[in-house]
Amino acid sequence: MRNHDTIAAIATGTTNAGISIIRISGADAFSVADAVFLSKKGKKRLSEQKSHTLHYGKIVDGDVMLDEVLVSVMRAPNTYTTEDVVEINCHGGMIVTKRILELVLSKGVRLAEPGEFTKRAFLNGRMDLSQAEAVIDLIHATNEQAVKNSVRQLNGNLYKKIKEIRESVLRDTAFIEAALDDPEHISLDGFTDTLQEHTEANLKEIKALLKNAEDGKIIKEGIRTVILGKPNAGKSTLMNVLVGEERAIVTDIPGTTRDTLEELIQVKGIVLRVIDTAGIRHTQDIVEKIGVERARTEAEGADFVIYVADASRELDENDEAVISMIQEKKAVVLLNKSDLSMKTTKEELEQKTGKQVFLISAKEETGMDAFAEAVEKMFYQGLIDQKEEVFITNLRHKQALADAKESLDKVLESLALDMPEDFYSIDLMNAYQVLGEIIGEAVDEDLVDKIFKDFCMGK
Amino acid sequence: MDEKLYYYESYDVAVIGAGHAGCEAALACARLGLNTIMFTVSMDSIALMPCNPNIGGTSKGHLVREIDALGGEMGKNIDRTYIQSKMLNVSKGPAVHSLRAQADKQSYSQSMRRIVENQPNLCVKQGEICEILVDNLCVTGVRTYSNAVYPCKAAIICTGTYLKARCIYGDVSQYTGPNGLPAANHLTDSLKKLGIEIYRFKTGTPARIDKRSIDFSKMEEQFGDETVVPFSFETDRESLTREQVSCWLTYTNETTHDIIRSNIDRSPLYSGAIEGTGPRYCPSIEDKVMKFPDKERHQVFIEPEGNYTNEMYISGMSSSLPEDVQYKMYRSVPGLENARIVRNAYAIEYDCINPMQLKPSLEFKTISGLFSAGQMNGSSGYEEAAAQGIMAGINAARKLKGQEPVILDRSQAYIGVLIDDLVTKETHEPYRMMTSRAEYRLLLRQDNADLRLTKIGYDIGLISEERYKKLVEKERLILEETERLKTKMVGGNARVQEFLSSHDSTPLKTAVSMADLLMRPELNYELLAEIDPDRTELPAEVTEQVEIELKYSGYIERQQRQVEQFKKTESRKIPENLDYDDVPSLRIEARQKLKKIRPENIGQASRISGVSPADISVLLVYLKQN
Repeated sequence: MRNHDTIAAIATGTTNAGISIIRISGADAFSVADAVFLSKKGKKRLSEQKSHTLHYGKIVDGDVMLDEVLVSVMRAPNTYTTEDVVEINCHGGMIVTKRILELVLSKGVRLAEPGEFTKRAFLNGRMDLSQAEAVIDLIHATNEQAVKNSVRQLNGNLYKKIKEIRESVLRDTAFIEAALDDPEHISLDGFTDTLQEHTEANLKEIKALLKNAEDGKIIKEGIRTVILGKPNAGKSTLMNVLVGEERAIVTDIPGTTRDTLEELIQVKGIVLRVIDTAGIRHTQDIVEKIGVERARTEAEGADFVIYVADASRELDENDEAVISMIQEKKAVVLLNKSDLSMKTTKEELEQKTGKQVFLISAKEETGMDAFAEAVEKMFYQGLIDQKEEVFITNLRHKQALADAKESLDKVLESLALDMPEDFYSIDLMNAYQVLGEIIGEAVDEDLVDKIFKDFCMGK
Repeated sequence: MDEKLYYYESYDVAVIGAGHAGCEAALACARLGLNTIMFTVSMDSIALMPCNPNIGGTSKGHLVREIDALGGEMGKNIDRTYIQSKMLNVSKGPAVHSLRAQADKQSYSQSMRRIVENQPNLCVKQGEICEILVDNLCVTGVRTYSNAVYPCKAAIICTGTYLKARCIYGDVSQYTGPNGLPAANHLTDSLKKLGIEIYRFKTGTPARIDKRSIDFSKMEEQFGDETVVPFSFETDRESLTREQVSCWLTYTNETTHDIIRSNIDRSPLYSGAIEGTGPRYCPSIEDKVMKFPDKERHQVFIEPEGNYTNEMYISGMSSSLPEDVQYKMYRSVPGLENARIVRNAYAIEYDCINPMQLKPSLEFKTISGLFSAGQMNGSSGYEEAAAQGIMAGINAARKLKGQEPVILDRSQAYIGVLIDDLVTKETHEPYRMMTSRAEYRLLLRQDNADLRLTKIGYDIGLISEERYKKLVEKERLILEETERLKTKMVGGNARVQEFLSSHDSTPLKTAVSMADLLMRPELNYELLAEIDPDRTELPAEVTEQVEIELKYSGYIERQQRQVEQFKKTESRKIPENLDYDDVPSLRIEARQKLKKIRPENIGQASRISGVSPADISVLLVYLKQN
């Protein structure tokens, strides 16, 4: 339970709004802000400013200027959380906002849990007690969602890798602990060399993962895409065309496994992560087979929807269902089977869906270029993008990896100083625990269980 | 009440059982001025050691020192009766150094008997307690098998492994307690009637072998330490001087393992005749062989049971195999070829309670004045039992005096870890203390148990004024010497540089403090005397503390910061009458666990498996609201 440290997060949504706000709350808020803020003349210190004042300046990372900003300084207790609060208003778009947040976090601030500002506000007596239920619901919903996202977004390979590192750390710790508890049966002679070797190898892996995290690769890449359409509209043919064109992309990209029912497809260099590919490819008809409800759920979770309509047949209730599902979504319509006699027209669909419609023939592979160009355009206009929580998850994982690295560095340090085993086994366990946070696993009785499972203990 | 009942004199506290938990509980109550009676099934089994002939060991040694620091008796008793002593793990960090002493079992038991028999306010009585009398959810008395009723205001159950005990080897099964003593067959039913949930656990003990039949020339001799460290902070080191006996080391081999494997179907552990849950940390030899088939041999320690007997304890080979197999098995071990078994190995099954029914004070949540301690609470080991015994005794006494219970937390003592684990975490096997269970163990060392706990023992009333004054003086000397070393600067003069190079230590470029030098791994307090002329002669226990606290200060400070965080959540109390059904949005699993365990504070709640951080947030918000 961490209720007293300093936390930060993007307080506005991460859509490409004009201005976004990064909120920092807690005892270190001002000192952290000072570390990244440079006033116009370079002299002003935010920690010395009056409460509820606004300051113009720049956010700098060393010599690099990230953005021009307005920073509000609010002193405890008259703030949202009742703690010292700094809000950085920046306008350089999402990428800059994210960089500023990362910079702030690098100064020893923790990324806020979902709903944590509100929780603090409530616990510190800022909110009306009648709002408690709403706060509880918020905490509950957002945490559940975060945990789900965290694991779901994890790159498959990464999951495996972290499991391996954790297992290795646990094995070494259990050996040390077993020997400490039963020195007459288990000897640690010569183990420091083994441990050094293991720890160095694990550190190497973690550093590689950290680098991936910095590139944003730690989580599943690609724009979450769903293909919808009534039976026999040509979804599977379309998939085959898309996949076939970019054969290289379909093979084993790290993290995509055959059983995840997903396919990575590249369109003009933009990666689409097509969900439930297997369903589409093998059962032919997603709407019929998995039901309207399931299709709706998939569509809701998607960043981008491709609706395949059949030009050779009249629009029916299946089409109506799909059209209603994509109303609020970023979507395009592909009017397939342009090679057959047309019973549904491009204009009709444009009018019904309000989306761009492209006439194609998946079978003849015609009309695909215009579709690809449209996808490209939408991406660069920022109309389709990964969801915000993907970024947040990545940040969280990065912090956990950095913590694990720090712990294992400490192990090596202690080994170099020839410290006794019982000192660094604490750091080993810490690394084990923070790595567990990434894959959503708690520690509980793991160590004691491992000791008894692997080592023959006792009298 | 029933007419055939006899009424005897009433007491403040009745302690049921006179084992390691019972003795500490009864002594604590009596010493705190309460009129106390302790019942035992046999006057000859007071503080009996029915299994291993030693006290202490890794993490258990810590418990004994903590019991002593609080004013308990176990440490003093083993100091009086040890026949070999060893500090384990000396090559490792100070936090895991652990004392272990072989006891003369009979002397240990007799010495404790003398103490309890001569303790003012304490009456020891032979008799089996069959019923706890409860009125309006409060203890009012206890009833013996002979229907004598002893009215009392509090009762402490310390029945160890005696409840419905059954000893088993092969197809032989007898309803007796350890060592063939009578089992206590009635109390379980009384507890069940009170709504108390009962578990059935099992443990085991190896054979005892006639010393004259052992060929020690085939074994490695294990000596005690030359310098013996006492368990009790009050024991005079001079009094520890005595001749020590040896233990012996030998090994099992493939023949032993073959014998076990080919007879495994005759082991009640494997045939299903034993239903109880056994401990993983002291597995029977058949478990070791079956679970670790790759191990070619297992260590076997031969330990004397005392100077009064020829019986030797065969540590590492507890078993429930039939007698004929036991003979073959033990005789396959080098040095035991002609072994004569004096007592067979056996497994023992017994009733105990689910300890999650207890508060951290060791009082039952549902019955006021009823406490429970020791193996009855699902723990194992003499030391774990004694640790709970003293705490249950203290808290029963405090309850009757209208005082708040004393609860040691996980950052204060192994005792705190032990009790918190028992009452918070689900246990499915007898619980043994381990150093890995203590997350703040760098602070919970056996060498500083007095600094951690003796003030608490003094405030409780179990530590004498004289002892407390000595502690305060020790604290003062430690502080002074630490400050002196921190402020005393050492320059790089020729004598210092020469001293450093003679110990493979980097020469000085600028002046540093003596404390900085002490932190170098290759140097220590004793060596530094050479370049520290201002030093005054200090007692070893003072310089030991100074050295440890300075040498490992980086690690110790880190743990202290963790403890600060921990204390914050521990201090957030949860109201005793909180209805978890009223808390919205708790997940079902969390709600069930919280309802069952009823944690005292947010910290304890967060340690319950199945309660997530989000649940804790929800709980915090709810508590704030109400």
